[in-house]
Amino acid sequence: MSTAYKTVHDIAGPLLMVKDVEGVAYDELCEIELTDGSKRLGKVLESREGLAVVQLFESAQGATTEGTKVRFLGRTFELGVSEDMLGRIFNGSGKPMDNGPEIVPEKKLDINGAPINPASRDFPDDFIQTGISTIDVLNTLVRGQKLPIFSGAGLPHAQLAAQIARQARVLTEGEVAEGKGAETVEKDDKFAVVFAAMGVTFEEAQFFKNEFEKTGALSRAVLFLNTADNPVAERIATPRLALTAAEYLAYEKDYHVTVIITDMTNYCEALREISAARKEVPGRRGYPGYLYTDLATLYERAGRIKGKKGSITQIPILTMPEDDVTHPIPDLTGYITEGQIRLDRGLHQKTIFPPVIPMGSLSRLKGKAQGEGVTREDHSGMDAQLTACYARGVEVRELAVILGESSLSDTDKAYLKFADRFEKEFITQGENENRSIFDSLNIGWDLLTEIPRSELKRVKPAQIETYMKKKKEAAEAVTA
Amino acid sequence: MSKTATITKVAGPLVVANGMSDAKMYEVVKVSKEKLIGEVIELHGEEASIQVYEETSGIGPGEPVELTGNTLSVELAPGLLTSIYDGIQRPLELIEKEAQSPFITRGIEVPGLSRSAKWDFTATASVGDEVSGGDILGTVPETTLIEHKVMVPPNLSGTVEEVKSGNFTIEEVIAVIKDADGKKHEVAMLQKWPIRIPRPVQGKLIPSEPLITGMRVLDMLFPIARGGSGAIPGPFGAGKTVTQQSLAKYCNAQVIVYIGCGERGNEMTEVLTEFPHLKDPNSGEPLMKRTIMIANTSNMPVAAREASVYTGITIAEYYRDMGYDVALMADSTSRWAEAMREMSGRLEEMPGEEGYPAYLGSRTAGFYERAGIVECAGSDSRKGSLSVIGAVSPPGGDFSEPVTQNTLRVTKVFWALDAKLAYKRHFPAINWLQSYTLYADNLEGWYGKEIAEDFASNRRRAQEILQDESKLEEIVRLVGMDALSPKEQLTMETARMIREDFLFQNGFDPVDAYSSLQKQYRLLKSILTFADMAEPVIVQEDFEFKKLQELPVKEEIAQASFFPEEEVEESFNKLDETIRSQISSL
Repeated sequence: MSTAYKTVHDIAGPLLMVKDVEGVAYDELCEIELTDGSKRLGKVLESREGLAVVQLFESAQGATTEGTKVRFLGRTFELGVSEDMLGRIFNGSGKPMDNGPEIVPEKKLDINGAPINPASRDFPDDFIQTGISTIDVLNTLVRGQKLPIFSGAGLPHAQLAAQIARQARVLTEGEVAEGKGAETVEKDDKFAVVFAAMGVTFEEAQFFKNEFEKTGALSRAVLFLNTADNPVAERIATPRLALTAAEYLAYEKDYHVTVIITDMTNYCEALREISAARKEVPGRRGYPGYLYTDLATLYERAGRIKGKKGSITQIPILTMPEDDVTHPIPDLTGYITEGQIRLDRGLHQKTIFPPVIPMGSLSRLKGKAQGEGVTREDHSGMDAQLTACYARGVEVRELAVILGESSLSDTDKAYLKFADRFEKEFITQGENENRSIFDSLNIGWDLLTEIPRSELKRVKPAQIETYMKKKKEAAEAVTA
Repeated sequence: MSKTATITKVAGPLVVANGMSDAKMYEVVKVSKEKLIGEVIELHGEEASIQVYEETSGIGPGEPVELTGNTLSVELAPGLLTSIYDGIQRPLELIEKEAQSPFITRGIEVPGLSRSAKWDFTATASVGDEVSGGDILGTVPETTLIEHKVMVPPNLSGTVEEVKSGNFTIEEVIAVIKDADGKKHEVAMLQKWPIRIPRPVQGKLIPSEPLITGMRVLDMLFPIARGGSGAIPGPFGAGKTVTQQSLAKYCNAQVIVYIGCGERGNEMTEVLTEFPHLKDPNSGEPLMKRTIMIANTSNMPVAAREASVYTGITIAEYYRDMGYDVALMADSTSRWAEAMREMSGRLEEMPGEEGYPAYLGSRTAGFYERAGIVECAGSDSRKGSLSVIGAVSPPGGDFSEPVTQNTLRVTKVFWALDAKLAYKRHFPAINWLQSYTLYADNLEGWYGKEIAEDFASNRRRAQEILQDESKLEEIVRLVGMDALSPKEQLTMETARMIREDFLFQNGFDPVDAYSSLQKQYRLLKSILTFADMAEPVIVQEDFEFKKLQELPVKEEIAQASFFPEEEVEESFNKLDETIRSQISSL
């Protein structure tokens, strides 16, 4: 397939129309050679008799309608993969950018992947302890889950994601039985992080790089970086490259891979730019009608497969424009992912870290990862009780603003106090604080002592006896 | 018959081909050398637009298109139950075997039903019988729960010339029927039916019995009729899928068709791993034995997603025609609408609202109208029903968007999921002020006869109390609880008990997950009894309302939803007694 076409007819944004072509396939990869000899990659978006619409993965700057050569490569975009990718840094189109040698690929994989057969999936139910109370107790993360962080401009999502990547691990059976398990036990040696950055600032990319370096995780990480000054169209490929690498590591090399993708908002914007250049009928807010399907082809590349040891856990980060959760990007994401961790500006302004708000955060897979044998029997009750109490407490707080605190009933006052303590003691924790799930649950029981017993409808009476009393006795012992 | 034409354009799932003058609308074609399955959706002279049910990357102009002469159909015969299909009835397990990979690859052709499995067919018709479409020729024990009835194909009638019992594959002839013209037709168990055409029935009836779901908020406040249609719209995280799965597990239909249309892979896996272990409450058999699943997840080809709801409903109709009560859950119809939008966009059609095609309304209506309680085709006037419950995922939880609105125009039950309730962990998060049912009047007679005379009046009272609460809440928000009269305070208290102790239901608790109608009735009645008993007490001068709130029996009421089903009668008798004695002691 070495025919070079010099028939570029139109150039619009990242799109090229090439005329008089023959035998060009949909989605085929092509190489564009500019008049100055530089080469760029593109793919076929539409193929008709005698016309191909090509989308460049790089900027079209310098391209000319005359003299530019287009060569169709007869294959789709592929990534050469090998275990040597661990510890390496690549640019947004998969070229090494750490001055290291080229990867000698073990095999080449189509970056679009293929949908996992639902019948071949294994249901994810391994509890991952992140050491963060609001996630472990209320929005339990599970191996093989896709759990995005819904953030806003200026919120500390990068720190949170880095903390998760650093602390996440699966408890051993012994630890669960003993009810311990905070301090660092050697991490599973088949653990890897794949990181994809699309359109983030140099600093943010550097933050992650430094984080990985500092903790020694870099040797277990594969980084794909497309920063804000890199071409927009390349952002379409970046997450796919990262997920292809992750799939290879997880399903062929048995790694438990955590994939962090930031920032999905930039990805969607790139998609919109290309859609607009193609003059497609826009859906909501100018985003293409197929945004849902397109996002699904990324997010659904998480999970576990029967008979394979590895897994892919996805933590995509997206910044909600104007903190608006009904914006198409967070909205469609929420419909595909298995929950979301939502960061709240109000909490952040109170200097609470991590500002994870229980209302609006959710983990859909938590049901099987809470309770006896996995964590502790009181886990799911505690989750429901804390969230319900905090929601009520926040309501009371609003009421107190109108009526004044003195006019609240005793019960309401109790909720108010609970809400304040909950924010200070449960949500708040240090950036390097690694709380075990059991410690987090115990903090919960301590906080519930603020609430009258008759109001505790979500926790089982027997558990109140066991855990709250234990707590009280311990407290009494201390004062004595 | 096969004739070749060539591709002229490929853009995502849309392929345009030339030389297609012989093609029919909705004909199935095989696209390219890889023989990808597609369906003709538009014809312009020689040119045809084809929606392709598989990934089209690597396909280009000049490749061949092959006509098959058939419209997109499903295969109907024993073996459907317990199957898991993709959107165009390919068994996912066979795809896995054929592809030898956990990933779905292209160009895989697998039959919807096993051709080699043998079924034990017992003829019930005899030679010489006059039969017409829908009449039962014989039965096959398909699973331990469902007896499959082999029917005369809809468009055939005549005299049975031959019919034999025995072990047959689905393609072997089990009967011969001679029509009026003397032509002999061989009938096998395997029949086909085009998915876009509703299967014929004798006539539709008015639904008058409830589909019992075991969920208190649904059965008591917003019941759906057997053969009815309902919609569950709600933002993400409000519990659409959990509600749909609960319905699939507990509703008292005999056959369940569950369509995962453009939804999460892991969620389908959850159903797939859970159902074989869950027992049918009535027979103790695994639920899977009455279930057919269609799983076309969000990352599977978008055109097959469009077809998946039709595939599902055609299979559902087939079991309805046997005389069964069938319930179909479609999760989510918004993804189906989006698939239509995507195809419409690629066809460059003039868009209607929000980019959806102008025919969104008529397609939605056409789909939900396939629900109903019917007199089945055939001469024995058996009845079957098909209840359809569709989840809707409105963007941003905004119910004014086109898919929700078009759905509400045709469905009679509206279960509005509310994110705010979900945030407070109130489940099922169905908003009691927004939701409605139009079947309440139809079903009143049944409830009165089967459960209790005052069932309907209690229901109305509970709704009134909840309505009043929402008004009183506004007052409280402005001036505080103290401004309310004792009677109003009691209303607030009762409403709170209805919400927290009756409507709240723990779907993960083995006892609470399913509530029988009897238990639902007694639980609500106990709460109302509490209110009735308290009313004369609280209006006494100097009565401290707090005393009522602190009665220990309130905690017992809160635990009443956990009373075991076997002891409903006595437990609630005891509870009512305690309520009476404690309140009268005030």
